[in-house]
Amino acid sequence: MGEVIVITSGKGGVGKTTTTANIGTGLAALGHKVVLVDTDIGLRNLDVVLGLENRIVYDIVDVTHGNCRMKQALIKDKRFEGLHLLPAAQTKDKTAVTPDQMRELCDNLKKEFDYVIIDCPAGIEQGFKNAIAGAERAVVVTTPEVSAVRDADRIIGLLEAAELREPKLIINRLRPLMVKRGDMMSIDDIIDILAVDLLGVVPEDELIVVTTNKGEPAVLDGNCRAGQAYRNMARRIAGEDVPLMDLEANDGFVSKLKKLIGFK
Amino acid sequence: MLDFLLRVFGKDSGSSRNVAKERLRLVLVHDRADVSPQLLDDLKEDLIKVISNYMEIDEKALEVNLDTSDKTVALVANIPVLRMKRTGKRAEKIG
Ligand SMILES: Nc1ncnc2c1ncn2[C@@H]1O[C@H](COP(=O)(O)OP(=O)(O)OP(=O)(O)O)[C@@H](O)[C@H]1O
Ligand SMILES: [Mg+2]
Repeated sequence: MGEVIVITSGKGGVGKTTTTANIGTGLAALGHKVVLVDTDIGLRNLDVVLGLENRIVYDIVDVTHGNCRMKQALIKDKRFEGLHLLPAAQTKDKTAVTPDQMRELCDNLKKEFDYVIIDCPAGIEQGFKNAIAGAERAVVVTTPEVSAVRDADRIIGLLEAAELREPKLIINRLRPLMVKRGDMMSIDDIIDILAVDLLGVVPEDELIVVTTNKGEPAVLDGNCRAGQAYRNMARRIAGEDVPLMDLEANDGFVSKLKKLIGFK
Repeated sequence: MLDFLLRVFGKDSGSSRNVAKERLRLVLVHDRADVSPQLLDDLKEDLIKVISNYMEIDEKALEVNLDTSDKTVALVANIPVLRMKRTGKRAEKIG
């Protein structure tokens, strides 16, 4: 029996879809059977990030309404045997699926897959309630900004109210140089405030844009720093104990200065 | 050492990082104080249980609220006492 993990954030645009695509691909690269579920109905995105947009026939609403069988709607990834996508519907609205239908869907998916990873829409209404309905574990994505952390706090409260205890945090788009300079909250600042465990930290990385442009998740690019962060997180989810990577490597001035002084 | 250098050349105390932290702390104090009536009711019930070990209180007149001011949140309880128990909890246990 697999595990259902929902990727949430509250605030929009902080990296849920990027995270879902990369952690999912990372887990598939480790040899696991993975299905990624896009619950952002009306704003389908995960297909494009994964480069699978041309293969969609059926979607999540078709499955929950019985217009097709689950297997028919699942899109197989070109790169990894074990990786599948269940796309969101583009033309319906969020009320087209109910929390009960989501619970049933997740129960069915976890019979077939090791990991069911759910990409949650922004906000705290119906779309959010659907996304978390069938989940057993939750991941909260934030960026090091006041508004994003505030929303993450709200989401953590709502997750706990829904019995999804001990969510794990991902801090995305961290800029170590800005933190050093005193112009961005640090990992510790954020952990301190939210009082949750960390799943990982992803640095701000242009390659995220480049890889997303190509529809090839960053996790597949061996030279990509953000990709490395996602590979580590996939291994942590699979139960390995992986230390946080050194975010300051290749980070220009600070790392040079450190070497100069003889640190590291 | 590095931190020291950065502090000398940088602008640590008034840095936007610290401003962000402080603003976030305050906004979350308010957000989190916005608790549900259910939670306050549960709290009331628990309070009554504990306090009744020591004194007899007027349960109906008991008031529990969260007072939020600009920078702090306080739990304010008004609990009318009807009678003190003679020796508190221990006497009760003995019988
Ligand atoms: N670590 C990063 N470095 C640089 N760019 C990033 C990083 N993470 C995400 N982005 C960019 O931020 C944008 C938003 O990311 P994404 O779509 O994953 O967010 P989201 O939380 O799913 O948004 P929504 O709430 O709209 O669903 C994208 O353009 C993505 O390429
Ligand atoms: Mg998204």
